[in-house]
Amino acid sequence: MAEWVEACSVDDVDEEDVIRFDHGGRTFAIYRSPEDAFFATDGFCTHEKAHLAEGLVIDDIIECPKHNGRFNYKTGQAKGAPVCVNLKTYPVKVEAGKVMIDIG
Amino acid sequence: MAKKRDYSLVGESTRLAIETGLASAEWYHTDVPRKTMKELMQRSDGPAIRDTIIWIVAILGSAAGIVWFWCTWWIVPFLFVYGVLYGSSSDSRWHECGHGTAFRTRWMNDIVYHIASFMLMRNPVQWRWSHARHHTDTIIVGRDAEIAVMRPPDLIKAALAFTGILDFRYSLPTLVRQAFGTLSDDEKSYIPEMELHKAVTAARWHMVVYAATIAVAIALGSWIPLVLIGLPRLYGTWHMVLTGLLQHIGLADNVTDHRLNTRTVYMNPVSRFIYWNMNYHVEHHMFPMVPYHALPKLHELIRHDLPVANPSMWHAYREVWPVLLRQLKYEDYYLKRELPPTAKPYRGEFHDLDITAAAAE
Repeated sequence: MAEWVEACSVDDVDEEDVIRFDHGGRTFAIYRSPEDAFFATDGFCTHEKAHLAEGLVIDDIIECPKHNGRFNYKTGQAKGAPVCVNLKTYPVKVEAGKVMIDIG
Repeated sequence: MAKKRDYSLVGESTRLAIETGLASAEWYHTDVPRKTMKELMQRSDGPAIRDTIIWIVAILGSAAGIVWFWCTWWIVPFLFVYGVLYGSSSDSRWHECGHGTAFRTRWMNDIVYHIASFMLMRNPVQWRWSHARHHTDTIIVGRDAEIAVMRPPDLIKAALAFTGILDFRYSLPTLVRQAFGTLSDDEKSYIPEMELHKAVTAARWHMVVYAATIAVAIALGSWIPLVLIGLPRLYGTWHMVLTGLLQHIGLADNVTDHRLNTRTVYMNPVSRFIYWNMNYHVEHHMFPMVPYHALPKLHELIRHDLPVANPSMWHAYREVWPVLLRQLKYEDYYLKRELPPTAKPYRGEFHDLDITAAAAE
């Protein structure tokens, strides 16, 4: 079942960047792509517990700050060692300048 | 009495590291504003392409010199240069491209990574995972697969490392074993099961190239192919050992602050080219996302929070030598480098923990 929550304002995330969003004991990563679209994934790398929000966004890739594991943050696809497990993604919509994610 | 350290990755120290929270722990980081860090992390192909062109031209040029001056004394300087480029500078290329930070373009990192892995006789799959573990659990006994000098230090072994003999004797049989499909328990402890077959395949490819090199040498009735492929791992390793040993030797183990177990050393420009700025090693471990060409900038930014860098390799070795001698008798002894007054203090609650002593209880 859909459960939309407000994650941040659009201005909180720079273009080609990521921020951390904590909600209900869970951590998410909110991305703004170079094309000015928003995306959301789980906040932790699937390899080891590292906050992806401290990593680097390059085009449609988020690179984990700990071991440089790379995911496509639009699809969650793991792009090779040391990450082998895909990242969970969440639907995102923007309403009245707010980024909403469906964590349901 | 404290127990001896167990450096196996599936032994008593491993269990203790996990139980005490040293494994996969939260590590200290100097505060750097996100905006600044983002700038430092930015990737660029330019510096690595420039350096790689220089690297390849120098390798090919010195190889040509070896062939041209074969069987004359003029070969010596060419062997010297080729050996260091092949047997030492490949280590930093392997390292940076393994992190994926050298180039912005992924395939460029991958190509140089695989070439450098071959030059080093390192299984590219196995070593990618061992290095990930090294960054997760830097110098945590029983977890880190890349501890170069264990305690008590074996000084003869450390000295022999400069000749490449020990590494050669380890690396080649390891590749052969892996090519036959056998991975050790230690290797299996850090390579995920789904990647094991890739490690075997990679080892087989390395073996194919070595077999081809030997076949060419036999067909030509010449040592030249082997002097150019394989043997530089022996005669050209010394610079990698000279710079690499300083990364962690004599410093603390089982701590969660890279300022305590890692060393930054100022080096001459030639060594920094060969080593791709890995002399800024505390900085690299704290922020592995920062490419080699941005490490001097990072160093300037956070040096107020780090122990003062050793001004030279000579200084660093002179500093660590008495520590190693003392570790022969008291293996718990280590060099605790002082922080400047501007730095945040070490976190005693983590660093006073003695897991070897804990083992004796």
